[in-house]
Amino acid sequence: MTFQEQIPLEPGNKSRRTFIKMVIASGAAVSASAYLFRGSTLIGQGSLPGAVERLMSLNVNGQMRRVDVMKQETLAMTLRYKLGLTGTKLGCDRSECGACTVLIDDVPHYSCSVLTHTVRGKSIQTIEGLERPDGTLHPVQQAIIDEQGFQCAFCMSGFVMSAVGFLKTNPNPTREELAHGISGNLCRCADYDKILRSMMRGAAYMQKTTT
Amino acid sequence: MAIVHDVMPVFELFQPTTVEDTLALLDTYGTDAWVLAGGLDTFDWFKDRNKRRKVVVDLSGVDSLRGVKKSADGGLEIGASTTLTAVASDPLVKQNYRLLSQAAALVASPQIRNQGTLGGNVSQDTRCWYYRSGWTCYRAGGNICYADTPTAINREHAIFDANRCVAVNPSDTAPALIALDAQMVIRSSDGERVVNAQDYFIGPSTDITRMTVLQPGDLLTAIRIPAAWANAEFYFEKIRERQVWDFPLVNIAAALKVEGGTIRSSRFVVNAVAAHPMRLTAVEEAVAGKPRNEETASMAGALAVQGARPLQHNGYKIPLVRNLVKRAIRGEAQV
Ligand SMILES: Cc1cc2nc3c(=O)[nH]c(=O)nc-3n(C[C@H](O)[C@H](O)[C@H](O)COP(=O)(O)OP(=O)(O)OC[C@H]3O[C@@H](n4cnc5c(N)ncnc54)[C@H](O)[C@@H]3O)c2cc1C
Ligand code: SF4
Ligand code: FES
Ligand code: FES
Repeated sequence: MTFQEQIPLEPGNKSRRTFIKMVIASGAAVSASAYLFRGSTLIGQGSLPGAVERLMSLNVNGQMRRVDVMKQETLAMTLRYKLGLTGTKLGCDRSECGACTVLIDDVPHYSCSVLTHTVRGKSIQTIEGLERPDGTLHPVQQAIIDEQGFQCAFCMSGFVMSAVGFLKTNPNPTREELAHGISGNLCRCADYDKILRSMMRGAAYMQKTTT
Repeated sequence: MAIVHDVMPVFELFQPTTVEDTLALLDTYGTDAWVLAGGLDTFDWFKDRNKRRKVVVDLSGVDSLRGVKKSADGGLEIGASTTLTAVASDPLVKQNYRLLSQAAALVASPQIRNQGTLGGNVSQDTRCWYYRSGWTCYRAGGNICYADTPTAINREHAIFDANRCVAVNPSDTAPALIALDAQMVIRSSDGERVVNAQDYFIGPSTDITRMTVLQPGDLLTAIRIPAAWANAEFYFEKIRERQVWDFPLVNIAAALKVEGGTIRSSRFVVNAVAAHPMRLTAVEEAVAGKPRNEETASMAGALAVQGARPLQHNGYKIPLVRNLVKRAIRGEAQV
């Protein structure tokens, strides 16, 4: 099968003008991109004209990692299956559970719904990157152990990354503010009270370690 | 139901850094190209294999599409790629147009707001699950509506303006922008055009396959908010089942100018009741010059739902719209 045949075009109203454009574009796709990109700037411009280079450097947990990434690959896929960082979980793969939450430049994102090629040049932090080199856990991690905050803990790394990201913007939250901050994460075992208690304790530990 | 696939099907990815390069790409690839902003509407389509494009043009490298700035007339210009979190927390927006900050803050979940853009939020497709599951209904180019059959599940569907398709526009920011008389700045290789927010959204009688006026080759670059409604009295309320993630069952955005207890002028817009946000012009006209009291509220509520036509399971939206309009007039404290 050729590339063209694999893609069913949706039916729709195509004007004469767009129809003509389509014909021109498909006939000239190969040469058109070469012509287009000679003089224009692209991020991560590859050796192929106009194409994004698959081989890229990703800054993950403070380390630069070289990795071969497909154009359509999500960050969760890259982290888990290319870089072996399986602490990031995949629950729904469609922005509806939060298990895959990682920090991108300190901001929580669902890594199942981010193209890896869009985070070039940014810094990514996953659950594996939280403990110190000497093995000391992050205060939020320590608090979870002290509170025994989770049951199966499949959702845990996502919750922790959300909480760590939120606490960077609001280090001293009320319980309600924290609940709102981590509201983009679901727990199937669902003792949200215990989860919140752990996270509040983590926030308190962080205050102690910084002051 | 969600099926977890290995990866999305293959596409060619372009990451331009300027609007000009973006437009050139969109022009070259026409109907084969897909504009990618935050991707939170896009990826579901691709993952489910229900919509595909050969070429994806990612806007994340185009810095000029991001940010909020003051415009010459005292209003604001918001770049299409500004995230919903940035819109919700922006001091300029908060100061004069709280209606929009409130709407943006109630979208989906924190992570989605951190990535989803204002341009994407107003350009997103409907959530009708028959359509999103890949059924070849009217909107997908077929000749049946699966949501309007005797056995259909249509709690979330339209009560107004249906024409074969009974899907609704699910955006939370769209009604706020219409209530603020916002304008959408659209560019293509043919030049720039500016469309009133109200006319940006289209229903099935205009084009059953699209939710907005955007055509292949078009790029929404910015959203302009004029000074006209700065610091008016605002009311935004969103009704949903879960307080996170869920799309509105109905939402309302209202802006009122009140002098000595009398409503001088107003905007009332509800969404998730038709394929496009519904501006309630009849209500706006009827309340002008009326005191802001219970009697006006009842009159406006009744007027708001005239002409509503419920399906089997969405009749509850009628009292919901009626009561939301009443609450907006009362300026009721929000829960
Ligand atoms: C689980 C979930 C829950 C959600 N809940 C809500 C909710 O409660 N309320 C709500 O309002 N929304 C909700 N959303 C929708 C979400 O806010 C939108 O999907 C998001 O705002 C779309 O923005 P994006 O930047 O991610 O768009 P994308 O997916 O990148 O784009 C959406 C569409 O707009 C087009 N587009 C984007 N930018 C431009 C541009 N500049 N010019 C031309 N075309 C453009 C794209 O081609 C695409 O067709 C939810 C989404 C998910 C996944
Ligand atoms: S409501 Fe519209 S989108 Fe949904 S099945 Fe009917 S025609 Fe399709
Ligand atoms: S796996 Fe990403 S949100 Fe569920
Ligand atoms: S502890 Fe089991 S899913 Fe949260």
